[in-house]
Amino acid sequence: MRTAVCVKRVPAPGARINISADGQSIDTTHLAFTTSPHEECAVEEALRLTEKHGGDVTVFTLGAGAADEQLRYGLSLGAQHAVLLPTDGTDWDPQRTAAALADAIREREARDGQFDLILFGNESADSGGFQVGIRVANALGRACVNGIKGIDIADGIATARRESDVGLEVYELAMPAVLGVKEGINLPRYPTLKGRLSSKKADVDVVTPAGVAGGQIALRLLPAAEQVSETVILGHGPDAAPAIVDLLEELGLLS
Amino acid sequence: MSTVLVVLEHDRGSLADASLEALTAGRGLAGQLGVGMAAVALGGSAAMAGVAGSYGAATIHVVDHEFLADYGPEAWGESLAQLVQFLQPAAVIATGTDRGNEVMAQAAARLDLPMVANVLEARPSSMAGSLWALTRVRWGGSLLESTSLTSATPMLTFSHHAVIAEPIAAPGLAGVETFVPSLDAAHARTNVRDRVERPAGVTLATARIIVSGGRGVGSAENFAPLTELATTVGGVVGCSRAVTNNGWRPHSDQVGQTGTRVAPDLYIACGISGAIQHWVGAMASKKVLAINTDPEANMVTKADYAVIGDLHKVVPAVTAEILRRRG
Repeated sequence: MRTAVCVKRVPAPGARINISADGQSIDTTHLAFTTSPHEECAVEEALRLTEKHGGDVTVFTLGAGAADEQLRYGLSLGAQHAVLLPTDGTDWDPQRTAAALADAIREREARDGQFDLILFGNESADSGGFQVGIRVANALGRACVNGIKGIDIADGIATARRESDVGLEVYELAMPAVLGVKEGINLPRYPTLKGRLSSKKADVDVVTPAGVAGGQIALRLLPAAEQVSETVILGHGPDAAPAIVDLLEELGLLS
Repeated sequence: MSTVLVVLEHDRGSLADASLEALTAGRGLAGQLGVGMAAVALGGSAAMAGVAGSYGAATIHVVDHEFLADYGPEAWGESLAQLVQFLQPAAVIATGTDRGNEVMAQAAARLDLPMVANVLEARPSSMAGSLWALTRVRWGGSLLESTSLTSATPMLTFSHHAVIAEPIAAPGLAGVETFVPSLDAAHARTNVRDRVERPAGVTLATARIIVSGGRGVGSAENFAPLTELATTVGGVVGCSRAVTNNGWRPHSDQVGQTGTRVAPDLYIACGISGAIQHWVGAMASKKVLAINTDPEANMVTKADYAVIGDLHKVVPAVTAEILRRRG
């Protein structure tokens, strides 16, 4: 079974994000970068499926040249191949990103054979467009479901589960297929020392992406309005319990 | 006349509250453009005309096909794309839920149109070369992005919980139009095949109180007093990403950007520092109470109420006080 995973390099979650002076980008001076959380789980899922069913994993990313780091991280965990689509570092719009990824995947498949499964993260942690995987699937003519928190493979069918308001929805996709996964599908592993060392020397293929800009143009970043709240201190330690229960009563939550 | 088309979200005919947010946002946009508003119920029924009308839709397009009886991203997205081609609306609006974003992205991909997710504000642009000026959220809401859109048919999802649903003062009944899309079995290949219903009871999405724990809880076992308090008040337990990463709670309990966005009456944050990625998942709560040893923690400064102290002592004391008052 051949699996592809498309990942994005983003600042580490939890970091305080500052905007550059011109408002065009974020100030990356003191930021650590990582693989977007949903996609970190997508890589882990691809590795687990490969361990179970055989085959190989190819990690793709489109982004600044520095995104080589996220590809090598994938290799250090156990992926076999990596493909970098370098940009000038600006955030490409979703249509352009998807078109470039679809081209790179087609090219790779023409050379090495079809990917049975292509995994994306449900949405990127930074721009949160909720669409690149769906657009790639559409360009390749493949079935796609987002929001997946469980995958089983048997007899050429990917059975995928997604949480809904009332429980779980189950989807059955004949492969080749595309799935957008969510954090929580697994707990990603850490690389071994051996994996780290060998990933440094591994080959990362570089494919220069073309692609025409789509209709969405990010102009400027702005800080979100800080929620200003006059915090009412109800008390200190367990002595504050009666004040908390008074609050619950006041809000009508103990009826 | 051109209209703003609003996608109603429903599950087997049961309308989601998110639909009311989309109708309210769509009505605002239609007002700005001086056009009417229509709703679309993919696989829905004429029974939704009442709600659509009470939020200001003049028409409801009931999209009817056997492949739309249950949810399927491709069947729903393809049907929406066909309706958009037929109606040529001034804009297409949905709420940015899992289904809302997915159906809009499926339709936009098929129409080769841009789709912008999690918008807060949309207005026609006065800038040369741009047709729409948008403000949307990034980083789950911690940054905003001002975006220009060159599409004449903007397809937008509005950020969930960012719009307060409001019916109109003098509601009418929306006129029902039936639209039959041309679908084949291939479009239904991603339809829901089976469902596993969760045992009935409150969930993060429906609870009035969420008792949520962070790194400060310290272990899986230490969640027991939080569970006890939640059970006592008829609420549920939530947690931060640090907790699921440590394996103390299942990911389905996680509140935040990569977990569930919640909106209870009261969110009790116990030992949660309040990183922005957690806050964006909790900020739609009506009231937030932080219990934390650190008076400078982000969660404390952002909360409506706070108790400074050790959650391991405060939480059991609250449960005991409730039981004492109940006698």
